[in-house]
Amino acid sequence: MPAQELSDCEAEAARHRAMGHPVPAGQCAPASAEDVPQRSVDTNAECEAEAARHRAMGHPVPPNQCAPDQAPQTVQVAADAVTECEAEAARHRAMGHTVPADSCEPMENGEMDMGTADAPMDHAAMGHSMWGHASDTAIPSGPPPAAAGAGPPRAADAIWGAEAMRDSRKALAQENGGMKTLWFQGDRLEYRAREGRDGYLWDVQGYYGSDLDKFWFKSEGEGSFGEEIEGAEVQALYSRAIAPFFDLQTGIRQDFAPIDRTYAVVGIQGLAPYLFEVDAAAFLSDQGDLTARIEVELDQKITQRLVLQPRAEINLAAQDVPEVGIGAGLDTIEAGLRLRYEFAREFAPYIGIEQEWKVDGSADYARMTGEDPSVTNYVVGLRFWF
Amino acid sequence: MTDLSISRRHLLGAGVVGAASLAVPAWARGGDISHGGMLRQGFDEVSGSSIDLTIAEGRRIVQGRRGHGIAVNGSVPGPLIRLKEGEPVKLNVTNMLDEDSSIHWHGLLVPFQFDGVPGVSFPGIMPGQTFVYDLPPIRQAGTYWWHSHSGMQEQSGHYGPLIIDPAGPDPIQADREYVLLLSEFTPLHPHTIMSKLKKGEGYFNYQQRTMTDDYPLSAEERRMWAEMRMMPTDIIDVTGSTYTYLANGFGPDEMPEFLFNPGESVRLRIINGSAMSFFNIRIPGATMNVVAADGLPVRPVPVQEFQIGTAETYDVLVEPVGEAVTIVAESMDRSGMALATLASTPGARAAIPALRDPPLLTMADMGMSGMDHGGMGHGDMAAAGKAEPMSGMDHSAMGHGDDADAGSMAGVSMDGMNMRDTSLLPPDVKVGPGIDMVSMNPVDRMGDPGIGLGDVDHRVLTYNDLVALRPNSDRRTPSRQMEIHLTGNMERYMWSFDGQKFTAVSDDPIRFAYNERVRVKLVNNTMMAHPIHLHGLFFELVNGAPDGFQPHKNVVIVQPGGSATFDLTANEEGDWAFHCHLLYHMHSGMFQIVTVTPEGTGA
Repeated sequence: MPAQELSDCEAEAARHRAMGHPVPAGQCAPASAEDVPQRSVDTNAECEAEAARHRAMGHPVPPNQCAPDQAPQTVQVAADAVTECEAEAARHRAMGHTVPADSCEPMENGEMDMGTADAPMDHAAMGHSMWGHASDTAIPSGPPPAAAGAGPPRAADAIWGAEAMRDSRKALAQENGGMKTLWFQGDRLEYRAREGRDGYLWDVQGYYGSDLDKFWFKSEGEGSFGEEIEGAEVQALYSRAIAPFFDLQTGIRQDFAPIDRTYAVVGIQGLAPYLFEVDAAAFLSDQGDLTARIEVELDQKITQRLVLQPRAEINLAAQDVPEVGIGAGLDTIEAGLRLRYEFAREFAPYIGIEQEWKVDGSADYARMTGEDPSVTNYVVGLRFWF
Repeated sequence: MTDLSISRRHLLGAGVVGAASLAVPAWARGGDISHGGMLRQGFDEVSGSSIDLTIAEGRRIVQGRRGHGIAVNGSVPGPLIRLKEGEPVKLNVTNMLDEDSSIHWHGLLVPFQFDGVPGVSFPGIMPGQTFVYDLPPIRQAGTYWWHSHSGMQEQSGHYGPLIIDPAGPDPIQADREYVLLLSEFTPLHPHTIMSKLKKGEGYFNYQQRTMTDDYPLSAEERRMWAEMRMMPTDIIDVTGSTYTYLANGFGPDEMPEFLFNPGESVRLRIINGSAMSFFNIRIPGATMNVVAADGLPVRPVPVQEFQIGTAETYDVLVEPVGEAVTIVAESMDRSGMALATLASTPGARAAIPALRDPPLLTMADMGMSGMDHGGMGHGDMAAAGKAEPMSGMDHSAMGHGDDADAGSMAGVSMDGMNMRDTSLLPPDVKVGPGIDMVSMNPVDRMGDPGIGLGDVDHRVLTYNDLVALRPNSDRRTPSRQMEIHLTGNMERYMWSFDGQKFTAVSDDPIRFAYNERVRVKLVNNTMMAHPIHLHGLFFELVNGAPDGFQPHKNVVIVQPGGSATFDLTANEEGDWAFHCHLLYHMHSGMFQIVTVTPEGTGA
């Protein structure tokens, strides 16, 4: 065996060992007569030496694979051109590897480099991919050459006419990132069973717009059956994405109950770490009163369709607002737990419990009107969106 | 050896009807299609120098599920178009829809004005109009496909296979050959799917993390994923919860049958013609020899499994044994499968394996390769003291099975890690709410077998296994390299290149000088695998193949959090689409135009 081939073999063996393949220590030594049955034809010696290496590395190679009559009929080696490439291809076929018939033919506009073709064929057939990645450090990064800007700005215009292309070009941009979405969600639509008169609550929101800019609206309200409505409001907001998970929202809030009042709104809405859905806003009324509201929800999936949702809401006030029963500081706290079943993602009835507390000044205002500042609601409701 | 021309006339799938021979088929007379507007499953074959194709709509039923469909020549998939290398062809496409349509010849080298992308190559085909794609002699052979590039018609059934027979002898010899075109059926309108993805992250995923799941995740790992506001189960966006996966238009209960005689070799031309699905292809009991990728031949690679990204094609040779073997195309998230049978006698069937457990995303998918060797599939490399020279090597494919903990992030703390360090991005990436993650260490992942296949105990194909069969015609070292970042925001369902949706860059294409040789590195700053497709040109994967034998492709999967690199010679002038082939990603903005200046103006 030539010295060069021997060292190639050992280099490969070393690589195999490094990968944890068992390779016997002496496997690169020239094959002895017992190991490899020698044949008189010279070309077979090379084949069998390689077969021996393959066997030593644990690849199955049939014992008589170098015999010419074992080659499948698909092997077609041109009689006049037994190139090195084709000889090796034939050996591979004999070992049962699939090598297409014209694998040694160059492309019509290319030039075959037989030298480079040989070595990797081994690896492919042996199931290894061990070429190092070509270094790209020598290739400069940079803008395109000046010639890259030399062509017409829109190649299709030159063929079909700018007029003909206009509509489709507009449609293309619209279709690939420019569409708008309409969303409406009934987050909580519920019946509230409690001491005294049972009540109801709605909490809906929705938007229309693009990924970053949306018109957003929200409405909330609640009351007890047979009584005047306790609270009702609608917000109209411009919503702008300011971070991957958060929107900044500004606009107007209009209350219809307990009294008509208009507010300016600034808030953020989005998804906090640990998947808390957060909606926080400050409200400045046309009377100069400043209040704030923070809502936090968390969807805990029990199964793929059963979802437990803890929810908390805190209302704050910078001053007393006696006409609506709000005391300065912490105004109200709500804590709820709802269990919903998603028959579809869009349609999920739920049951739950929610506790409301009016705090400090607000509690005093409640007591003055004969209300209980602490109420427990047993709720049945529906969450839906479309 | 059996003459190929005989085996080409076999059935391409059950239920194929020879409608191509009818003078004026019913579907060509108007918008309504025969059979009471029902579209046929399976496809015919058309060939010749002038081919008529008619786009029309109708209703589809797949395994009892009904939906609206857009078909070509009355069937889904549309007809197999069989062309011949070296010969010109006229493809006369009539649009019977009441909206614009188009056909793009995926992978075919054509003058750009016939590439079929409305708004880039041509104005589109108006309702009632016949557009003639007048193609000069075909310059290639192999397995390709075609599909609509208008709206989201592709999801509704507007696609089909495209085979080009070589002018000379085929370098890939087989006794029989079959086309296996994978796709999906959904009763939902594609606009509905798009809208649900925008409104509800994870809408179609019914394999999410729950309090009762069986995922091998520790409490710490669950906490970490929740902290990141991301899902380790976010493998593909649209799943088997709405899709029925199709083989040649047939659902798994109606699987097509491909016949063989014992001892024969069978060439399968596998096309992923789906809108949104990656498939893991296996034939239990048989070894597949991968012999062509995206149409062009590669040195044979024997594998037991490979992942095919959306819009990729692979030709494999198999020598099936026994009565029958099952061809299993399992969706990457393992929520469903498409099936076909190789049968030695009609009606023979082999066992159908169960769906495997859904995979989980890993540290490497978060762009944190190198921080957890297990996730990279290297495992014992460091111990062998060979980690450096072996980088880029795919260990799992070598059958070591040493990366069983690839799905695990045990012991890895996320504390102090910034999942969105935008200072790592080059200045030409526009930072904004459309980027929710930046890969911390985006290593080359072309040696990765794909999501979920890092720990299987058999041989799986990776891009690093591919070597061109014929030498490349252009072996110049690229004169420059450029980087394109794949960016997105899962929660908002925004997808883009370099942080900008196509709407923001539609007048600012990626420019190449004519005949310029460029190295392009795609860096994935998302946790999803993206199959990136370049129209009009083949590029060569920089995968460590020997000099001059880098494999040609027109789609490259960029694994989550990693990178993929290709070289290209910009020798096809005109404007070409460049986009993620996941339909709803493209539709969300992951689309660009590549401009190659006309010959004579360039380098």
